Amino acid sequence: MNIEHLIHMANQIGAYFEAEPDRAVASAGVADHLARFWEKRMRQSLYAYLDSAQDSTLAPLVSEALTRHRERILGKRQ
Amino acid sequence: MSLQCHHDRGTPARTSTQHVTLSIDGVPVTVPAGTSVMHAAAEAGIDIPKLCATEQLESFGSCRLCVVQVKNRRGYPASCTTLVEEGMEVTTENDALFRLRRGVMELYISDHPLDCLTCSANGNCELQDQAGRVGLREVRYADGQNHLQETTDTSNPYFAYDPSKCIVCSRCVRACSDIQGTYALTTTERGFDSRIAAAGGEDFMSSECVSCGACVAACPTAALMEKSVIEMGQPQRSVTTTCAYCGVGCSLNAEMQGEKVIRMVPDLNGGANHGHACVKGRFAWGYATHADRITTPMIRSSIREPWREVSWEEAIAHTASELRRLQEKYGAESIGSITSSRCSNEETYLVQKLTRAAFGVNNVDTCARVCHSPTGYGLKQTLGESAGTQDFDSVMQADVIMVIGANPTDGHPVFGSRMKQRLRQGAKLIVADPRAIDLVDTPHVRATHHLKLLPGTNVALINALAHVVVTEGLVDEDFVVDRCEAEAFNKWRTFIADPRHSPEATASVTGVPADEVRAAARLYATGGNAAIYYGLGVTEHSQGSTMVMGIANLAMATGNIGRPGVGVNPLRGQNNVQGSCDMGSFPHELPGYRHVSDVATRELFESVWGVPLSDEPGLRIPNMFDAAIAGSFKGLYVQGEDIAQSDPNTGHVTHALESLECLVVQDLFLNETAKFAHVFLPGASFLEKDGTFTNAERRISRIRKVMRPLATYADWEVTQMLSNALGYPMHYSHPSEIMDEIARLTPTFHDVSYAKLDRLGSVQWPCNAEHPDGTPTMHVTEFVRGKGRFMLTEYVATEERVNRRFPLLLTTGRILSQYNVGAQTRRTANNVWHPEDILELHPVDAEDRGIRDGDWVGVQSRAGETVLRARISERMQPGVVYTTFHWPGSGANVVTTENSDWATNCPEYKVTAVQLSRVEQPSTWQKQFAQFSEEQMKLLKQEPAGAPV
Ligand code: SF4
Ligand code: SF4
Ligand code: SF4
Ligand code: FES
Repeated sequence: MNIEHLIHMANQIGAYFEAEPDRAVASAGVADHLARFWEKRMRQSLYAYLDSAQDSTLAPLVSEALTRHRERILGKRQ
Repeated sequence: MSLQCHHDRGTPARTSTQHVTLSIDGVPVTVPAGTSVMHAAAEAGIDIPKLCATEQLESFGSCRLCVVQVKNRRGYPASCTTLVEEGMEVTTENDALFRLRRGVMELYISDHPLDCLTCSANGNCELQDQAGRVGLREVRYADGQNHLQETTDTSNPYFAYDPSKCIVCSRCVRACSDIQGTYALTTTERGFDSRIAAAGGEDFMSSECVSCGACVAACPTAALMEKSVIEMGQPQRSVTTTCAYCGVGCSLNAEMQGEKVIRMVPDLNGGANHGHACVKGRFAWGYATHADRITTPMIRSSIREPWREVSWEEAIAHTASELRRLQEKYGAESIGSITSSRCSNEETYLVQKLTRAAFGVNNVDTCARVCHSPTGYGLKQTLGESAGTQDFDSVMQADVIMVIGANPTDGHPVFGSRMKQRLRQGAKLIVADPRAIDLVDTPHVRATHHLKLLPGTNVALINALAHVVVTEGLVDEDFVVDRCEAEAFNKWRTFIADPRHSPEATASVTGVPADEVRAAARLYATGGNAAIYYGLGVTEHSQGSTMVMGIANLAMATGNIGRPGVGVNPLRGQNNVQGSCDMGSFPHELPGYRHVSDVATRELFESVWGVPLSDEPGLRIPNMFDAAIAGSFKGLYVQGEDIAQSDPNTGHVTHALESLECLVVQDLFLNETAKFAHVFLPGASFLEKDGTFTNAERRISRIRKVMRPLATYADWEVTQMLSNALGYPMHYSHPSEIMDEIARLTPTFHDVSYAKLDRLGSVQWPCNAEHPDGTPTMHVTEFVRGKGRFMLTEYVATEERVNRRFPLLLTTGRILSQYNVGAQTRRTANNVWHPEDILELHPVDAEDRGIRDGDWVGVQSRAGETVLRARISERMQPGVVYTTFHWPGSGANVVTTENSDWATNCPEYKVTAVQLSRVEQPSTWQKQFAQFSEEQMKLLKQEPAGAPV
């Protein structure tokens, strides 16, 4: 899927959670949003980008959320 | 007059807690103070003759047919204008009254054509009835001066005004002013010369009239009459159903001759509309039997091939085998569905069930994605339920009404009229809108504050309003302590009190002067019951969800939730937006807004549906398009939607549709999407099936079948056949059984059944053991989520910004006479009011570009270009232009971009940076569109090569 578009959408989510003063809560918020609303293909494409990109254009909060909450975002949520 | 069996008591009921007892013809009657003698008599079973009075309108006292005698009082007062008094003794029949009434009637009839046998109202005329009632036997002044030669005004496409039949009772004038609020009619002159005239015009069509039909319904004679009745005669049966257009969900009576609709009249008992309607529901139903309807299933293997008409069996078997083929080749997740807000609850429920249980995926979405998905998200986060908090009647108890990004008089006309009634009673109005919508300044209504903000700055504005509330000590502390999460509130209070949110700091962003914002915030917080009504001008933004949460924050902070007269009220666009969302049309939620990852919910559905369900959220509509272009999404079943016209960035959408291997469209017409389809399954109109719709106030109302489906099957039957062909059995014999299943599986619907709906007329969910008769007001003692949660709402500017190349902001909207993509209304006479989409722009912007009224104007954005005709209008502010998207060829969505709400992907229709220039010809896209459409229409009529003769 168009990665530019996904990055743009992920960064928008990040921009919303930037208002949260507690960074850990903000990053968990991004992760939770991705896990609850993004289809698997979209999440996987974002990780493929994160894992391979040299100069990531993902917002720092989004990268942080993806890194810290990989299992929550990608894993089975049973 | 309609067929509705309604005992018209002549004047409106009163609700006073004080009661008065009087005697009428010796019968003791007790009624609320303020009741008229006429109404009290009717309560006692005594119907006093009347002509100018009707229960729907305040009395006027002009005809004097209703005279009575009151003991110890001189003369013969009119019973419709005389109020009851304690101990009053009224006589309604005696010789004097008989002679008086007969005299009155004789005068009326002497100036009335005596063509009763050939009159369109024959058999349903109050004048005729009352002449019989008062025993009129002769007319002595037949040759006197009269109005019998006056010509009929047929300018309105739906009704005619024959002045020779007018008795100047002024019921029409009062209906237009008191119910509709348009003031299009006046009574000219006095006495014998007194006539009814359309104000501000020569005839109805050139007047202010918006063709709501209220005057026609109120007219006691054939003076104002539906043309369909004039042409076809009086209807013989009446079936109560629900309008298939907007989210007001008006209850209408389909008045029929056999299977033919003669007219639609608003139902006096309708919970949403109380006997009123608008031009769409009242008159624009002819599309349902339009010649363009496709009633035979069709298939083709590519969109460049002619369609081949096939049997239902072949169409269903072909569709099922194609969908299974795609799943085998590209994986289970390669297919999905789109449900429609124009279809019933039962139908949308069935499509999502088909998707989840038969396709085995959660790739199901609905058109609410592109309108109110942020409402679902934002209200769930803050209040705990994805729905508006009030019933429509609540507006009559509001003291301050704030309308944000909505245009009720056009988009939700019947509710708009009701809101205007309340505003005329003195409620204060705050409008937040880039455009001067009608409500800002309309007869007897003027907004106290019009916050004319720049498109895309809603969140900055709502934050500024909240900042004033918090920093000026206007928070309802008791409410907040009692009802809301303390930690979240304290965090929010600190956040919103920051000077960056002050009206002064945000004025440069929003364009709204700080003192205006401060005054509006004070009015909202301190003016009594304050209610917020909002529309797509809130949701269709990159921060749509944030704005919805901002609205909920403001309402909670001021304690304006949980009782009549207040609340947060999304005005839903299409009739069943609320319902389609409730029914689990979103890819991450099962019916009742429960996330697919919730184990207990999934187990419940699995136990009833008998299959394992996926716990992964599926694709949303824009994600489906992206996945289709990327090659991993190949098959789509679209019921009743026209995504090729309604969704943003048309070029992107059509690219996605062209990338599909199997597009199945179920619709009434070969719509824009169907031109890219491989299978066409004919749909059924709302007149051809049973079901329910849920309106913007959570009101579930029945639609009832009044004719057999033109294409043999109702839509739910088609979905069921497809499911069976896919090997997942469904065996419903009637939509009521589908509702029973919904009720079993959805806590907020537990007590809903067709039997209950038939008994109550309609019911507002939650409807369960706790609220067996439904819930007009939500969150009364506690929020659905327990404590209300304040959310942080930082303003983030949209990336769709003006620059030198695209210096103007385009915003889009709707108008009264057309509906959504126009597939229905464009196939009616409503086109006389809106034959094309036009571009409104401010005189300054026009002058800068040498554009004159009526010129063709090219509109370029980052996404594409289209050409529209210009209308220069002071309604706009400089820098902002506006259009509608009712006509496919206008290509309004060719220019809108895929920029969308951060939380829900709801497109940012309301903000597109554009440039305008005068042009002489259609855009390249428009030429290609015309050519493609022409080709597709040819493929519809052409026999495929080698087809059996
Ligand atoms: S048009 Fe009908 S409602 Fe209006 S004044 Fe004449 S008779 Fe009465
Ligand atoms: S149709 Fe409606 S708007 Fe037009 S004159 Fe009658 S009541 Fe007024
Ligand atoms: S379109 Fe809306 S306001 Fe008009 S009749 Fe239908 S439901 Fe009522
Ligand atoms: S009905 Fe009372 S005056 Fe006409």
